[in-house]
Amino acid sequence: MDDLDTQNIELQLLLQAIHLKYGYDFKNYAKASIKRRILQRLERDNFKNISEMQHKILYDIDFFENLLLELSLNVAEMFRDPPIYLRLRHKIIPELRKFAHLKIWHVGCSTGEEVYSMAILLKEEGLYERSQIYATDMNKQLLKQAKDGIYDIKKLRQYTANYQKAGGLESFSDYYSAHYNHVVMNKSLKEHILFSDHNLATDGVFGEMNLIMARNILIYFNRELQNRALGLFFDSLSTGGFLCLGLKESIRFADCAKYFEEVHKDEKIYRKF
Amino acid sequence: MNVFEAVVVGSSAGGIRALENLLAPLPNDFPLPIIIVQHLHPESESYLPKILATHCALPVKQAEEREIIQAGRVYIAPPNYHLLIEEDYSFSLSLEPPVRYARPSVDVMFETAVYAYRDKLIGIILTGANDDGSYGVKKLKQMGGYVIVQDPKTAEAEAMPKSAIAAAQVDKILPIEQVGVYLLQLVNRSLRGGIS
Ligand SMILES: C[S@@+](CC[C@H](N)C(=O)[O-])C[C@H]1O[C@@H](n2cnc3c(N)ncnc32)[C@H](O)[C@@H]1O
Repeated sequence: MDDLDTQNIELQLLLQAIHLKYGYDFKNYAKASIKRRILQRLERDNFKNISEMQHKILYDIDFFENLLLELSLNVAEMFRDPPIYLRLRHKIIPELRKFAHLKIWHVGCSTGEEVYSMAILLKEEGLYERSQIYATDMNKQLLKQAKDGIYDIKKLRQYTANYQKAGGLESFSDYYSAHYNHVVMNKSLKEHILFSDHNLATDGVFGEMNLIMARNILIYFNRELQNRALGLFFDSLSTGGFLCLGLKESIRFADCAKYFEEVHKDEKIYRKF
Repeated sequence: MNVFEAVVVGSSAGGIRALENLLAPLPNDFPLPIIIVQHLHPESESYLPKILATHCALPVKQAEEREIIQAGRVYIAPPNYHLLIEEDYSFSLSLEPPVRYARPSVDVMFETAVYAYRDKLIGIILTGANDDGSYGVKKLKQMGGYVIVQDPKTAEAEAMPKSAIAAAQVDKILPIEQVGVYLLQLVNRSLRGGIS
């Protein structure tokens, strides 16, 4: 056994320690990315090895929370992949219009960009008032930022371009107020959004959704955890409900795949029947 | 001598022509997987596998999440995602922030390839106008793998090969026309060495 094997043992122990102490279970995440981030942190902070860092992680909550942010791989964007929103607007919204009340679950909502994009879409389509959006993430720090809805003004140029490509009907600047170096999303967008923490590795079903947005989370999971998460989505959807995954994600390998119809292949939109 | 198990390649500006040159001499029984990160515009369609397939006897495809890496295939990172290599020889994709402005990043792919293949890895850096890949090359050499760099004088953009050469003691610097042929010899030699 060489140093690399020893390092892998330390990594495994560290993930177990994090689970026991803080409740976050990374056991079934794809390892490469987690290992890379841990080792980077190790190098940056001059720890001799993972075991030494584990001591710090267990005794220094701030240090852990900081690391958790890095492990969360949180990059979000408003109207990311604009063609998805075109599809939602033109194909999925007409189906949702048939319901008197709508329940929508944004899984792994990160800092909220995607949730506000959905709120804007629903407003423009006249469905917002009868919608309840549940936005969840395992990371409470990210959720807090999502709730605040404050974004760096430097990103707005791209978001505005995305909004337009996504078929936006208004002027994007109607939806926020600009301050010196940041923007604040309008309060009216937040009225029907409920933010709460939920971990796909350890928590349970979220009932009777009409639409679940779960984009770019499954890519970080191994097949076992993907299967668990997709099972949760299946159980949380009402019959005829829609599931939208990230562009590089698929339901193909999950046990519940046979209960879904692929309605828009390129946009990874599925429907439970 | 190492018995190599995989080839990783990084390229950027001017890379498509260089990749065609690299792949053209390889026969359809080339015994290792070839994993490529070429910087592309984030919104570009993934036309690259198709282009390269016309210049190459090996099957070329875009790498997919959790896909098992197979010998004799050429894999390309999808635009706008990092490509990572797992220690069970499968792929992961990630939307982590760009690393030094690049996503996919050569450094990220090389670094994770080093964890998976250790010293049984050949790294190749081709033309490019930035220094992505030099950290990966450093890691690869620390682990004892083999590094070939395109001669900057023959590169459409010299920054990437130059910074790779500056980052570590690389094993071979070659004009682009010779990289593919040399790779083939190196791999054949290593396989024979591994048997005896
Ligand atoms: C790359 S972001 C995706 C953000 C957004 N859905 C998008 O596509 O723009 C991944 C998010 O998943 C969250 N996440 C990771 N593992 C999770 C888990 N087990 N349960 C719930 N959320 C998780 C992270 O905290 C992060 O905010």
